[in-house]
Amino acid sequence: MSPAPGARRVAGADHESVGKTGPWHWVLTIARFLSETAAIADIEVRKLRHDPLELLARAVQPVLWLLVFGQVMARARAIPTGGLPYLDFLTPGILAQSTLFVSIFYGIAVIWERDLGILHTFLVSPASRAALVSGKALSAGVRALAQGVIVYVLAAALGVHLRTGLAPLLGVVVILVLGAAVFVTFSLVIACWVRTRERFMGIGQILTLPMFFASNAIYPISLMPGWLRAVAHVNPLSYQTDALRSLMLPHGQSAFGLGTDIAVLAGAVVLLAAAGARLYPRVTR
Amino acid sequence: MDSPRKNSTQPGTAGAGGLSAAEPAVIAKGLTRRFGALTAVDHLDLEVRSQEVFGLLGANGAGKTTTIKMLITLLPPSHGTARVAGFDVTAQAAGVRRSIGYVPQMLSTDGSLTAWENLSVFSRLYHIPRRQRRQRIAQALAAMDLESAAHQMVREFSGGMVRRLEIAQAMLHRPTVLFCDEPTAGLDPAARRRVWQQMRGLIAQEGTTLLLTTHDMEEAEVLCDRVAMMRRGLLVALGTPDELTASIGPDAGLEDVFVAYAKDQGEAEGRFRDVARTRRTACRRG
Repeated sequence: MSPAPGARRVAGADHESVGKTGPWHWVLTIARFLSETAAIADIEVRKLRHDPLELLARAVQPVLWLLVFGQVMARARAIPTGGLPYLDFLTPGILAQSTLFVSIFYGIAVIWERDLGILHTFLVSPASRAALVSGKALSAGVRALAQGVIVYVLAAALGVHLRTGLAPLLGVVVILVLGAAVFVTFSLVIACWVRTRERFMGIGQILTLPMFFASNAIYPISLMPGWLRAVAHVNPLSYQTDALRSLMLPHGQSAFGLGTDIAVLAGAVVLLAAAGARLYPRVTR
Repeated sequence: MDSPRKNSTQPGTAGAGGLSAAEPAVIAKGLTRRFGALTAVDHLDLEVRSQEVFGLLGANGAGKTTTIKMLITLLPPSHGTARVAGFDVTAQAAGVRRSIGYVPQMLSTDGSLTAWENLSVFSRLYHIPRRQRRQRIAQALAAMDLESAAHQMVREFSGGMVRRLEIAQAMLHRPTVLFCDEPTAGLDPAARRRVWQQMRGLIAQEGTTLLLTTHDMEEAEVLCDRVAMMRRGLLVALGTPDELTASIGPDAGLEDVFVAYAKDQGEAEGRFRDVARTRRTACRRG
């Protein structure tokens, strides 16, 4: 592969020669972080390209919620939605739920990658732990976007009124990626803590449904008893749903404020990604 | 067999990374790892010379994989120090990671990607310049005789092909030291010999130091310049295969050395996880 052993260079040695304190060091560090994150996320894109049928399988759940639950509850007219048709109210909630369900099992995928040995080769590479975690988060964002396309198409077919301008659509993209990043990093932290597939399956089931029901995804927080309302206020799914509702629907309003939604989701990502990067190597021990 | 048997150990050239001329590629001093009450590696002192092929031998649970995990920065030592390619494994972990390649015991390539895609991901993680990536990946695949399978899904590969792809992946960034954990466990004899031959050819061409663990005495005899025997976390013998066999008796082979030094290890000491991993790997390689 190389012309002579003595001429061998260690990959990535270049940026060390720039110096560790100069501005170029920071620029290169950030560029390398972004490049490593993109490399990990690219794996997901390639897998989806090889097996697009997987996306259809993932579409079953949101289809059932919108077609069955949504249609029935719309007829019951039992849930106050602030003047919105129930299907309109439900659609952002189901998209947020899809993001949660797609992302929350990334932890088990990491344990699986550990068992296969794939994770070891990533952790032995010079890629930063934060980039490995961020790459996973972005990977889930890619899947969440695919879920978004499915939910938009289905909702439009069911007559849901959706905003179609470039700005709200870009906003939805940002919120989907941010929400996926929150749930993936949360999932990775749990995986690093429990370290076996069996334990993760148990905890994953325990966490996912309560997060869904203790949120504003299928009913407004105002309907909840006080204790559940408190849980809903610390649940990132509520903030993601709230942001999606204001961005996706022409008459949708944000209960918390879009700025608050984004700040909460971004803050949660930073905290959980930092914890995940610190804990990530534990999985292999 | 067209034996790929060892090339002579050469004096260290001015190596890449933090490795100075003639400095050992791996130095461990008092390296220790404890898991609760269990001491998996116990005050290990070890030097692997530059461009040497060095084998760590021992029964399940002897501490081979734990030693490698500490040397490749996956596991912090409880005590002691180690330098790999001139970098301290604790204080300069990033330098170590840039300088090493690692082939784990388990199958570590992604079956749902093609061979090219697997290598492409690692070329990016190792920051191989964009203009060199395509050429480097093609060369790595050619070195392991996998050019014709470059765009085939890895899940369709045979066990030997997967192993050769993993070696190509670990050598893509031209590491100073390559670590292989049980490189041919679970392979049939023909695939095993092909892996040995191509691995030897590639590391000789690149001037790479190879540290491998194995249970397979034929593998140790064919590949290794020197071997170390581990038992219960301790290094109990060190030398060339000829020296070790001579120490046991005139007609002894390395297998006799293994049995002689591993006899007190006890059948119960291989951890369930180690055995399960080996069997799973063997099973996946068919």
